[in-house]
Amino acid sequence: MEDIIISTLQRAMVAGTPLLLATTGEIICERSGILNLGVEGVMAIGAVIAFIVTMITGHPWLGVVAAMAAGMAISVIHAFASITLKANQVVSGLALTMLGLGLSGLIGKPYVGKPLLIKMEDLNLPWLSDIPWLGKILFSQGPFFYLAIALALASWFFLEKTRLGIQVRSTGENPKATETQGINVTMVRYLSVIIGGGFSALAGAHLSISYSKSWIEGMTAGRGWIAIALTIFALWNPGRAIWAAFLFGGIFVVQYLLQPLGISPNFLAMLPYIATLFILLLISFKDPKKLNAPAMLGEPYNRGER
Amino acid sequence: MLSRLFFKKSIMKKIKCLEMKSISKSFHGIPANQDINLSIESGEIVGLLGENGAGKTTLMNILYGLYQPDSGQININGNRIRINNPVESISHGIGMVHQHFMLIKNHSVIENIALGYKGTPFFFPKMKIREKVHLFSKKFDFRIDPDKKIWQLSAGEQQRVEIIKALLNGAALLILDEPTSVLTPREIKELISILRGMKAKGHMIIFISHKLDEIMEICDRVIVLQKGKIAGSADTKDTDKKSLARMMVGRDVVFNINKEKLAKGKKVLSVENINVNGDKGLPALNNISFELFENEILGVAGVSGNGQRELAEAITGIRPILSGKVKIKGRDITNKSPRCIYDNGVSHVPEERIRFGIAPGLFLYDNAILKQHHLKKFSSRYFLRYNRIKNHTKTIVNKFKVSTHSINTRVRNLSGGNIQKLILGREVSEQPQLLVASHPTYGLDVGATEFLRKHLLELRKQGSSVLLFSEDLEEIFELCDRIAVIFDGRFMAVLDSDDERLCDIGLMMAGSKKI
Amino acid sequence: MIKIKTTNRYDITPFRSFMTIVLSLFAALMVISIIFLIVGVNPIYAITEIFSGSFGSVYGFKETVTKAIPLILIGTGLTLAFRAKFWNIGAEGQLLMGAIFATWAGLHFGQKLPPVLIVPLIFLAGFIGGAFWGIIPAILKIKYSINEVISTLMLNYICAEFLTMLIVGPWKGKARFGFPGTNNLPDSAILGLIPGSRIHYATLTLALIFAVVLCVIIYKTRFGYETRVVGENPDAGKYAGINFLKTTLILMAVSGGLAGVAGVGEVAGIHHYLGYPASISSGYGFTAIIVAWLAKLNPVYTIISGLFFAGILVGGDAIQISLGLPAATVDIVNGTLLIFLIMGDYFLNHKIFIQFSNKSRI
Repeated sequence: MEDIIISTLQRAMVAGTPLLLATTGEIICERSGILNLGVEGVMAIGAVIAFIVTMITGHPWLGVVAAMAAGMAISVIHAFASITLKANQVVSGLALTMLGLGLSGLIGKPYVGKPLLIKMEDLNLPWLSDIPWLGKILFSQGPFFYLAIALALASWFFLEKTRLGIQVRSTGENPKATETQGINVTMVRYLSVIIGGGFSALAGAHLSISYSKSWIEGMTAGRGWIAIALTIFALWNPGRAIWAAFLFGGIFVVQYLLQPLGISPNFLAMLPYIATLFILLLISFKDPKKLNAPAMLGEPYNRGER
Repeated sequence: MLSRLFFKKSIMKKIKCLEMKSISKSFHGIPANQDINLSIESGEIVGLLGENGAGKTTLMNILYGLYQPDSGQININGNRIRINNPVESISHGIGMVHQHFMLIKNHSVIENIALGYKGTPFFFPKMKIREKVHLFSKKFDFRIDPDKKIWQLSAGEQQRVEIIKALLNGAALLILDEPTSVLTPREIKELISILRGMKAKGHMIIFISHKLDEIMEICDRVIVLQKGKIAGSADTKDTDKKSLARMMVGRDVVFNINKEKLAKGKKVLSVENINVNGDKGLPALNNISFELFENEILGVAGVSGNGQRELAEAITGIRPILSGKVKIKGRDITNKSPRCIYDNGVSHVPEERIRFGIAPGLFLYDNAILKQHHLKKFSSRYFLRYNRIKNHTKTIVNKFKVSTHSINTRVRNLSGGNIQKLILGREVSEQPQLLVASHPTYGLDVGATEFLRKHLLELRKQGSSVLLFSEDLEEIFELCDRIAVIFDGRFMAVLDSDDERLCDIGLMMAGSKKI
Repeated sequence: MIKIKTTNRYDITPFRSFMTIVLSLFAALMVISIIFLIVGVNPIYAITEIFSGSFGSVYGFKETVTKAIPLILIGTGLTLAFRAKFWNIGAEGQLLMGAIFATWAGLHFGQKLPPVLIVPLIFLAGFIGGAFWGIIPAILKIKYSINEVISTLMLNYICAEFLTMLIVGPWKGKARFGFPGTNNLPDSAILGLIPGSRIHYATLTLALIFAVVLCVIIYKTRFGYETRVVGENPDAGKYAGINFLKTTLILMAVSGGLAGVAGVGEVAGIHHYLGYPASISSGYGFTAIIVAWLAKLNPVYTIISGLFFAGILVGGDAIQISLGLPAATVDIVNGTLLIFLIMGDYFLNHKIFIQFSNKSRI
């Protein structure tokens, strides 16, 4: 029984890792006021590029870097459409998702089903991994797990404790006031969308070179959409995203575990989405000002309107 | 004046003197500023006086780099400079406190200040800014809690945040756009003492206002703008309110009433002890009561932001009434839907017309029936009668001289003034029992203003009543039978417009006299 | 120094907007060609194959019409929602909910009611199902100001999981021999086909009728007028006394309901039983967003744009077989088209000047 619980929690951490990465990216992006529904597509691009580069070069980290570069590059499309052209962000994000899923399928076609022989070793942190229970769950995980947590914490620090972070948040709250303070709103938003894209691609890379060590079309399986839900669930705070992501990851894992008990896995799969709607309801009952929803999320910014 | 030109001190970085020379600027062919000269020196407070739409804000936005002048030049310490954007303006040592604060409501005071301050460190910016805020609070005797969020602060406190922002960026010249319009009398006193302190430390201040008392109290010199041109300038010690008022309105303020006397008709509107909250959830109206009769125009005078908008919205059903009653011809319409109130004969020309009054992407004829589309004459049960609608639109367009080449254009293609006319035409053309009009002539050209005023008097003659909100006292005195003065959500007085006690209207608007 | 300046364009003629669409489509095709070239596929061959596969043969065209049915239905409904700036991206879920309701009605009443009534009944059930699923986000938005993009998205997933739960659990049919899925609908509930094709003509007729009716509703009725005002400027809607809750509920009931009708068509016209969500709808709810967009939010034009995108779906299947390309290729085409359509909108609504300026200008 103990083994089952430990291994379940261990796998919950693994399942939560890509969710955390993508959510962190989406939080940065939305904090600057841009809603990016392209996460799923960018994730797929990240997954396929990471897989191919790793397969060819034999260096997983090279794959990761390539994936991030690709994810950032394709996110520019959304940035251009929604910031420069002030297009509808919903439509532009959907277009990015379609494009990303399509391109990943096309590029990855020759690699479908090929196994990746390179293994990313788990890192057993000295001392910490010897702690009973927690050691195995938290301190002997793959490198992506630590990376995801480190990046989430770093993003929290970035948003709350740095000057640029204040600029990003101000841009999402009141772009006009931000601009009168001499800040280039357009650039801040571009930067946020592109960084967000990099994070999504990183999440994809985790899926293909660490989680399943293979590539198939559509392997992101809706995780990008969950990240968008998680962004709200975590109330736009990367720190809160950490436990939220692993909670959702846990639900993923538990789905099949509880099936013998007569609980439908599909019912459990519904829970993250229902929970997100529930959180949204709670937000609307509370004073939204005390929560973090960026005031100008999804609104294009028109300069110089008289 | 000329001597200053040769007084070049270009080596000094700080602004010692600033000049704007023959500045002109027009929007869509309508001049907003014409050949304006302005100069200011260190340690000086210059007032910029003028009515709404006189071009004060445009001039200052040019100085702040938000607009480029069509012609003219700006000199600092005798050197000609170009200001392309606010950032350049800030780097020249110019700071501006806008009438509508440029603050991020969900962020703390510190975060707002850190946002634009050049010396904000990259990591842990808040620690350093907190020190700075304390420093400034001491220096100018402010009281402000740096960790509070902006939305938790009063208007006066928010204004102080704006001032700190400007000063931290090294503003030697501070522009204050209608700074007192959002303040309580006590906060105004505090502001004035802060400004005096700044002046003593060698700052220069441009103080935009349309209120004579303040200008006389704190400015050294005053420049009066009227309809985009300089109407005159004087040292405050050499002038008096009366002559400034003459310059501001272009003639003596004569309270002559050339409208015909009409006997009061039946009671149309009665408002009984209503209490209403503002946008922030704070009380905006405090036990307001009044009545309005047929053949009568009641003017509500007051500085904007004292509850006028809330009153108009409460009567027309847009804003919930917490307690009290509103009745039209004896029928209770308290908290009824806007449509129900409209159907009871109440039309509304809202304050922010462009924001509320039109659907910009729809056609002109669609917009001409925005509130009337459900009426029998424009629609059967489900379908709209576009033939009638178009005819009706043509009537409004002709009668109110909306210039457009066709009624089949989208309203967003019309100029602001024409949109105004369309909305006004729509609201007054229906012969309302009661017309609630907020600043109806604001932003209209002279001809349209005259036309509209006549139309309001015509409505009055035909037995309607009008509740007129205006900041333009001249307009109020010209049109109204009775005048209510509103201050801080209360009526300071409701008097007949020929009542002699109204000579103290300025005091009432400032909240210092109640009848 | 080169400066790019933009100003709003006010003189938008129908010809100009038509040409913008044509140019956008052309530009998108160029980019798609480049992508094909990069992966080593002859773009001219691939693109010809797509369109000859869908419009070039009688068989292909029949398939195109078949797939156009749900696209037109959903696209029509979306034009109404999008007019009010209600970003319903939950048509996928609404379609599935319609399919669930229709299946339930078909299985329950199929034997009990006379066959004449059964087809109208399942269409009604489907409409109600979709409308029910569409009304939820409308209530959430108006009553609790919850962003509809997020809520419709969540509801898609909830519905898909719910459907799966039904077909592997309580609704699992004996006739499926242990595989997930319901029993077949009774014959009386199965929609008639145009002989020699899979075109379920009842749904097709409904789609065409709805497209025309909705066009009339949007442009000629009070409800359509109120919808457009709310979409253009909610503040003006409030000022004009429009009841937001009522308007939004009705329009989302229609928008969701039409997606539900599309679900009926898929279940009763094509599959004849309720299977996995991915087999019932191959992303029609999302593709229909592009259909509505290309139709410039005019319901009648969705007939054309629906056929166009159905053609791409069918042609996509064709090149999967003949060129060995993955199924996702269609997504590239759709995604690229959508991106260029929104870019085209920008160029339609703005004039763009390129200035070569020297600094000493004042």
